[in-house]
Amino acid sequence: MQKSVSIEQPVMDNMQPAKSIMVQSSKDTDFEFTGTVGNIAAANPRMVTRNVDVFYGEKQAIFDVSLDIGTNEVIAMIGPSGCGKSTFIRCLNRMNDTIESCKVSGEIRLDDKSIYRKKQDVVQLRARVGMVFQKPNPFPKSVYDNVAYGVRIHGLASNKMELEEIVVSSLRRAGLWDEVKDRLDAPGTSLSGGQQQRLCIARTIAVNPEVILMDEPCSALDPIATARIEELIDELRENYTIAIVTHSMQQAARVSQRTAYFHLGYLVEVGETSQVFTNPAHKLTEDYITGRFG
Amino acid sequence: MATSKLGEHTSQQYEQELTNIRSKVIRMGGLVESQVEAGLKALVSSDGALGEEVATSDYKINTLEVEIDDACTRIIALRQPAASDLRVVVTVIKTITDLERIGDEAEKLGRLAVELAAVDREPGYFTQLKHLGEHVRAALRGALDALTRLDVDLAMKVALEDKMVDQEFDALMRQLITYMMEDPRSIPRSLQVMWCARALERIGDHCKNICEYVVYMVKGKDIRHTSMKNSEAAK
Repeated sequence: MQKSVSIEQPVMDNMQPAKSIMVQSSKDTDFEFTGTVGNIAAANPRMVTRNVDVFYGEKQAIFDVSLDIGTNEVIAMIGPSGCGKSTFIRCLNRMNDTIESCKVSGEIRLDDKSIYRKKQDVVQLRARVGMVFQKPNPFPKSVYDNVAYGVRIHGLASNKMELEEIVVSSLRRAGLWDEVKDRLDAPGTSLSGGQQQRLCIARTIAVNPEVILMDEPCSALDPIATARIEELIDELRENYTIAIVTHSMQQAARVSQRTAYFHLGYLVEVGETSQVFTNPAHKLTEDYITGRFG
Repeated sequence: MATSKLGEHTSQQYEQELTNIRSKVIRMGGLVESQVEAGLKALVSSDGALGEEVATSDYKINTLEVEIDDACTRIIALRQPAASDLRVVVTVIKTITDLERIGDEAEKLGRLAVELAAVDREPGYFTQLKHLGEHVRAALRGALDALTRLDVDLAMKVALEDKMVDQEFDALMRQLITYMMEDPRSIPRSLQVMWCARALERIGDHCKNICEYVVYMVKGKDIRHTSMKNSEAAK
């Protein structure tokens, strides 16, 4: 247990905690926050966040964010760099715990239980709330073991047959099976970028999470690999709840049902994606998605 | 068309492309307006030469329509406009179709003016037609102003006033029927006047459409095919 803090542990090396330093304080601009525009509630919430504040040391990165993440919906977080969208989704599986100076306050519940409660097993939490990162980060293991790793740790398979079944079905659901079925023993790192990212998605869904967090999952991929991942996101929506951070507005528009716009650590607007992209209610949202700043 | 109340785009080129489209639409509107005006003038003053000129100048409007259409397609393909920009582009694409149709109606007026100039005229027909024409011209002017200034109130007002054009048209229709019943020899001429009135009435309808697009562009609300009461609520 102590040895494997999280199945995503090897990942921590190539994440960028440096991002936290870039978060600007609201004092830098004349932006005045007067409350989130739009309906923060989802019809059938899987995760609920209320009045979340996040600090990196002295610096506040997120201010009083309240937002529901609905079951079987894809919610996209958009906003300029340093607006806190990544910080926010990393609160949802306590990924921020790994940053020493990071303090989270407020309420974050998964299926009505606070994930910051004392009794919460973080490893268990991260199995239920999986995460896919910007850069594909397969373990330095075979394709098969990449997917099997989390399943073994969490003891989700009672025998070899079952394990194999989970691995194969995960690869299938991630749309990767046909491409790797003949080289399951090849190292995960030998795959192409797009395949590696889908391998990471397969690894995430292998442990049967309820929520999948995606932090710019396509920013390192070419358009075709991107289209595949987007297609996959749409299919995964049937069984999972997905929160995706993206810098591509078109991607947010394509894959999500709801869109949340963050600005300088505030949740400025949230609404139906089609409404946000045709007729946003807040001027800042409008400015951002029409390319007037950011 | 005024630029929306937002600031400029980060991409100067994009800003420029949108500005170009806007100014072309305004130019097209101006052309259409002068065509309608000239067509009406040719009609009521029996000016066959002017009618001919109107009938042969429509190509300028058509060329602009194609140009603007092309520019809009390019913007959609290259810039993926969103929100208010998207609404501007969509509105422009629809507006120029209506403007082009107004141009076609003006061309029709020109042709009919040529034919009517060649026959004897009974003044009664033309006062009514002139009256209808004034209403339609005011509607066109209002619609173009609303479009240029993104003026929702004006757009709503003009859209509402289309009813008056319709009433005017019905009155003229009844009058023509009376003429035709009184004197069957007037039927050919009455029919021609009727085509004119029909063209004017259609122009009124296109103006109403443009006004509805303006409301959509500015407010993001679609007021087409709703009663005016609902449209007021949309404001």
